[in-house]
Amino acid sequence: MSPLPALVLLPLLGGAVAWLADRSSTTGTSSARKISWRITLMVLTLETVLLLITTFGQHSYQGPWLDHFSIPWIPIMGISFQLDMDGLSLSLLWLTLILSFPCVLLATRKIDTNAGAFHFLFLAALTGITGTFLATDLFLFFFLWELMLVPMFVLISAWGHEDRHRAAIRFFLFTQGSGLLMLLSILGLVITHYRQTDVLTFDYFTLAHTHLSSFLSMVLMLGFFIAFAVKLPVVPVHVWLPAAHTQAPTAASVLLAGLMLKTGGYGMIRFNLMLFPETALRFAPVAMGLGVAGILYGAWLSCAQNDVKRLIAYSSISHMGFVMLGIFTGSNTGLQGAIVQMLAHGLSTGALFLIAGSIQDRLHTRDMAQIGGLWASWPRLSSAGLFFAVASLGMPGFGNFTGEFLVLLATWHVNSIVAALTTAGLVLAAIYSLRMVNRIFLAPTRTPPLHATDFSIGQMSVLGVLMVLLVLLGVHPQPVMTLSLPSSLSTAAPSSGGDYGQ
Amino acid sequence: MSYLLPLLVFLPLASALFLFTTAGKISAQTVGFVAASAIGLSALCSIVLAGAFLTSAPSTPLQITLWEWMHTQEFSADIAFALDPISLLMILVVTIVGFLIHLYAIRYMEEEPGIARFFGCMTLFVSAMLVLVLSSDLLCLFIGWEGVGICSYLLIGFWYENPRNTAAARKAFYMTRIGDAAMLCGLLILATSTGSLQTHTVLTALGAGTIAPQTLTAAALFLLVGGLAKSAQIPFQTWLPDAMAGPTPTSALIHAATMVTAGIYLIARLHLLFAAVPLVMMLTAIIGALTILMAACTALVQTDLKRILAWSTISQLGYMFLALGTGIWQAAVFHLMTHAFFKALLFLTAGAIIARLHHEQDIFRMGGLYRSMPGLTAAFLAGAAALAGLPLVTSGFYSKEMILSSIWSAHFPLAPLFLPLAHILWGMALAGAFLTALYISRCVFIVFFGPSRTAASGSTPRLMAIPLACLSFLSLFGGVIEMPDTLAPIHLFTRFLSSPFPHAEEPVWLVLTGGSVPIAGIVIAWILWGRATPVMQEIPGQSTIIRMAKEGWGADALYDFLFVQPFRFLVWLTRHDILDYLILGIGRMTRAISTFFETARTRSLTLFSGKTILFLHEGDALLARFQNGRVRWYAAWIVAGLCAALVSGVVS
Repeated sequence: MSPLPALVLLPLLGGAVAWLADRSSTTGTSSARKISWRITLMVLTLETVLLLITTFGQHSYQGPWLDHFSIPWIPIMGISFQLDMDGLSLSLLWLTLILSFPCVLLATRKIDTNAGAFHFLFLAALTGITGTFLATDLFLFFFLWELMLVPMFVLISAWGHEDRHRAAIRFFLFTQGSGLLMLLSILGLVITHYRQTDVLTFDYFTLAHTHLSSFLSMVLMLGFFIAFAVKLPVVPVHVWLPAAHTQAPTAASVLLAGLMLKTGGYGMIRFNLMLFPETALRFAPVAMGLGVAGILYGAWLSCAQNDVKRLIAYSSISHMGFVMLGIFTGSNTGLQGAIVQMLAHGLSTGALFLIAGSIQDRLHTRDMAQIGGLWASWPRLSSAGLFFAVASLGMPGFGNFTGEFLVLLATWHVNSIVAALTTAGLVLAAIYSLRMVNRIFLAPTRTPPLHATDFSIGQMSVLGVLMVLLVLLGVHPQPVMTLSLPSSLSTAAPSSGGDYGQ
Repeated sequence: MSYLLPLLVFLPLASALFLFTTAGKISAQTVGFVAASAIGLSALCSIVLAGAFLTSAPSTPLQITLWEWMHTQEFSADIAFALDPISLLMILVVTIVGFLIHLYAIRYMEEEPGIARFFGCMTLFVSAMLVLVLSSDLLCLFIGWEGVGICSYLLIGFWYENPRNTAAARKAFYMTRIGDAAMLCGLLILATSTGSLQTHTVLTALGAGTIAPQTLTAAALFLLVGGLAKSAQIPFQTWLPDAMAGPTPTSALIHAATMVTAGIYLIARLHLLFAAVPLVMMLTAIIGALTILMAACTALVQTDLKRILAWSTISQLGYMFLALGTGIWQAAVFHLMTHAFFKALLFLTAGAIIARLHHEQDIFRMGGLYRSMPGLTAAFLAGAAALAGLPLVTSGFYSKEMILSSIWSAHFPLAPLFLPLAHILWGMALAGAFLTALYISRCVFIVFFGPSRTAASGSTPRLMAIPLACLSFLSLFGGVIEMPDTLAPIHLFTRFLSSPFPHAEEPVWLVLTGGSVPIAGIVIAWILWGRATPVMQEIPGQSTIIRMAKEGWGADALYDFLFVQPFRFLVWLTRHDILDYLILGIGRMTRAISTFFETARTRSLTLFSGKTILFLHEGDALLARFQNGRVRWYAAWIVAGLCAALVSGVVS
C-alpha cells in the first residue's frame, strides 16, 4: 500500500479534526484554546513519519519513479486519483514539512481568534501544496492547485494586517485567472490527445506522448507557463506578491514564500520542460530574459523598501528569477541549480519571514525606521536575522550560493553576457540585505516595550535546525542534487533519472 | 599528516561557534582565553606542518579532499585542501600573527560588552582566511574569500551604535562585493572552459593550451578586479581608510596583515595564469605603482594616526601588486610576510597609544610620548623603521629591496619600445620608498618627540606588551632569510618556495640607491618636523591641494557623485513598483472604459427606447384613427381592400 494518498489527505482530515475539536471545546481556558494547535502539531508529526516511511521504506513499486498510486476517480472522463513521486517531488515534500514545523512552532501558536479555523485552513493549504507536488493526473493537479489558493485567500483576508482585503483579492484574481489559462491548456491537450487516439485521459505520462504541431504546442505551453509564472512569480506578473506577503499573517507569509512559490518552479520543470521539451527550448530565450529581469528588478526594488516584509518579498522575486533562469538554461546543471535555489530560498526566506513576523507581533510595526536596533535587547532574534540575511545575500557556504552558482554556470554556457549581467544582482543583494541588517539588527539601540521578549532557547533551536540545513545545502549539496533531479518520463524503461531533455 | 589541514580550519571555527552560542553567559576572560587558545592551537598545527615540511620536503603537495561539493555533468568542485609552500607560508603568517593579535585583544577588549561577538567574529575570520589560503579548489577558496569579507563587515561595524561605523562597514562590503562579483565571473569563465576549478586542473589546461587566449585575458582581468577590490587598490582604495572605524585589533589582523593581502595571494597562486597574459600583468604593475604614490602622498597629510597606517597599508599593497605585475611573485609574497609583521606591530602599538591617551587619534594632539611610554615608543620605532625600510637592520628593507632591484631589469613585452616602462616603474617605486620613509618619520617625530600635548594615563598591560615584543623582533629580523646577492648569498625564502628566484645581475648602485633613499626620507622628515624649531609646524589642511590629498584625492566625492547619489536617487524614484502601477493602471483603465461603455449603452438604449415609445405612440394614434366606430368607414375600407386584391390579381 503506497503511503502517497495518506500523505496528501492527512493534513486535510487532521485540519478538519482540529477545527471540530476547537469548536467543541467550549471552556475558555488557554490550554483548551490551544487544542487545535496541538492537533496540528500531531498531524505534522504523523506526516513526518509517513514521509520517513516513503523515503526509507521498501517500495513495492518498480519503476523509474520512486512511488506510484492510482485509483479511478471519474472513470467516464478518464480522470483518476493518480499520484507519483520522484526525487524532485520528494525533496520538495521534505521542504514542505521542514518549513511547516517552524510555522506551527513559532507563529501559529499566537493565533487567538478562531484558532481552529486558522489551523484547518493552514493544513488544507498544506494538502494543496503536497498534492500539487505529487499529482500526475492533470485534472487532479488542477484541482489541488486551486485547492491551495482558497485557504490561502481566506487566511490573508481574515487574519491579515491592515490592508488585507485588497491584497487577498489581488492575490486571488492573479492566481485564479492564470489558473484558468492552465485549465484551458489542460483541456486542449486532452482533447488533442482524444482526437488522435480516441482515448480520453488526463494521465500525465500518456499525454506526454501526444503529437502536437509546433504552434499548438507553443500555445498550450504558454497556458501552463503563465499560470506558473504568476505563481513563481515572474516580472511583470509579480504585482500580487509584495502585497500578499506583506499583509498575510506570519504563518501564511512563510507558506507563500517558502512553499507556494515553489509550486510555480515545480510546475515549470514538471510540465513546461518535461511535457513540451522542444517548445520549452524554443521559448527559453524569452524565459531567460524574464528571469534576468526578475533578478535585477526584484533586487533593485528591494533596495528601496522601508517595510521589512516588503523588502523580503521583493528579494524573493529576485531569488526566484534565478530559479526561472536555471530551469530554462536547458542543462542539468541549471536545473539542479534551480532546485537547490528553490530549497535554499524556502529555508532562508521562510526563516526571514518568521523573524519579520515575530518582530511585527512584538512591536506592531513593519517600518524599519520605527523598529530600530534590536541587537542589544534581543540578541537571539537579531543574530538569527543576521544569519539568514547573510545567507540570502548569496554568501558561499550557504545553500543560496550553491543554487545561484550552478545557475550562473549553466547560464554562462548559454550566454556569457547575460550571466555577467546577472552577477550584478549579487551586488544588489548585498545592498538590500545589509541595509536591512544595519537598520533593524545592528543599529542604534531602541528599547522595545517591556512585555516583548527575545526568542526563547526552544524557538532558537527550531531556527537552528533551519540554519544547519541551509549550511548543509551550502557545503554538501551533492546528495540533494543527485536525489532531486526529475525522473524521466518513460514509465517503462528504468533509468537513473536526470535525462529529461536528451 | 594531512588531517591537520581540516583541523587547522576547524579549531577556530569551533571556537567561533562556541562563542556565538554562549554569548553573554561566560566571562570576558574566558571568551578571550577560548579564542586565543583556539588560534594558538592552530598556530601550533601550522608550526608542526612547517616542521614536517622543512625536514622531509615532500615532492608533491600535501592534499586532502574532504568531500564532493557539487558534481554535475559539466562541472565538478570539491571541498579540498592542499598545502604547498605558498599556502604554508600564509598559514604561518595568519595563525602566528593572528595568535599574537588575539593575545593582545584579550586585554584590549576586556571592557567591551560585546566581547563574545568580537572574538567570535575574529576566530570566524581566521577560519575563513585559512579556508581561503588552504583551498586547492578555487570555488572552495571563494568560500573563504567572501567569508573574510563578511567578518570584516561585522568587525568594522562592531560599535554599531554609531551609524558612521556601520556605514563604513557597508561601504567596505559593497566595494569588495563588486570585486567579488567580478571574481565570480572570472571563476565562471575558467569553469566553463575547463570544467573544474581545481587549481592544478586549471593550470594543466593552461599548460596544454586548451584555453583560448581571449578567454584567458578575460578571466585574468576579472580575477584582477576581484583582487584589486579586496586589496583596496586603485580604483577601490576608498574603503580601507574608512574601515579603521573598527576595533584596532581588527585593523591589525584584517585590514593590514591578512585579508587585504588575499588579492596578492590569489594572483601569486595563479601566477602561471597571469604570466600568460602580458596585458593584465602590465596593468597590474601600473596600478600597483600608481597606488604606491597616491596612497603615500595621502598618508603624508593625514592627521589621524590610524588613517596614516591605513593609507600606508594601501601603499605597501601597491608594492606587492607592482611585484606581481613584473612577474616576481616571490618578492610579493616575501613583502606580504614582512608587511604582516611590521604593520600588525604598528597598528597594535597605535592601538595601545590611543587607549592610553583616552581615545585621542589626532597626531597633532599627541607629542613627546617617548617620555611617558618608552616601551611603546621602541615598538613603534621598530615597526616604523621596518616600514621605511631602514637598511640592513629591518625586515622591510630586504623585502622592498628584492622588489626594487628586480623591477629595474624587468621586461614588459607589450610596452612601447621607446618607453622604458620598467625604469619608470622603478622610479615610481623608489619615489614611493622615499615618501614612505617621509610620512612614517613625520608621524614618529610628531607623536613621540617635541612638546607633550595630552597627558597619558595607566600603563600597558603585560599581555599586550608580549605580542608587541614578538612582533618587534619579527619586524626587525624576519627579513634576513633572503638577501640581495650583493650583501650575502642567503636565499632561504625562495628556496623554501621551491622556486629559484631569477636573480638578475644586480649592480651595486641599485642596492645602494634602494638603501639610501629611506635614510634621505628620514633626514628630510627630521628637518621638516623633527628639529626643535621644525620647518613645518602648522597642521596641514590649508591649501587646496593638501585638502584634496587629505580626502584621498576626492575619490570618495567622485564615487558619491557618480554612483552613490544617482543610485540612491534612482532607487528613491522607483521605490514604488512601476509595474504595479502599470498593471493596476490597466485594471483601472479597463474599468473606466467599461464604465464608459456602460453609460454609453445605457444612454443609447434610453434614447432608442424613448424613440421607440414615441414611434409606437404615434403609430398607435394613427391606427386609432381607423378604429373610429363608424360602419361606413369600415365598409369603405373593405371595398378598398377588395379592389386592391382584384387589381393585384389581374395585374399579376
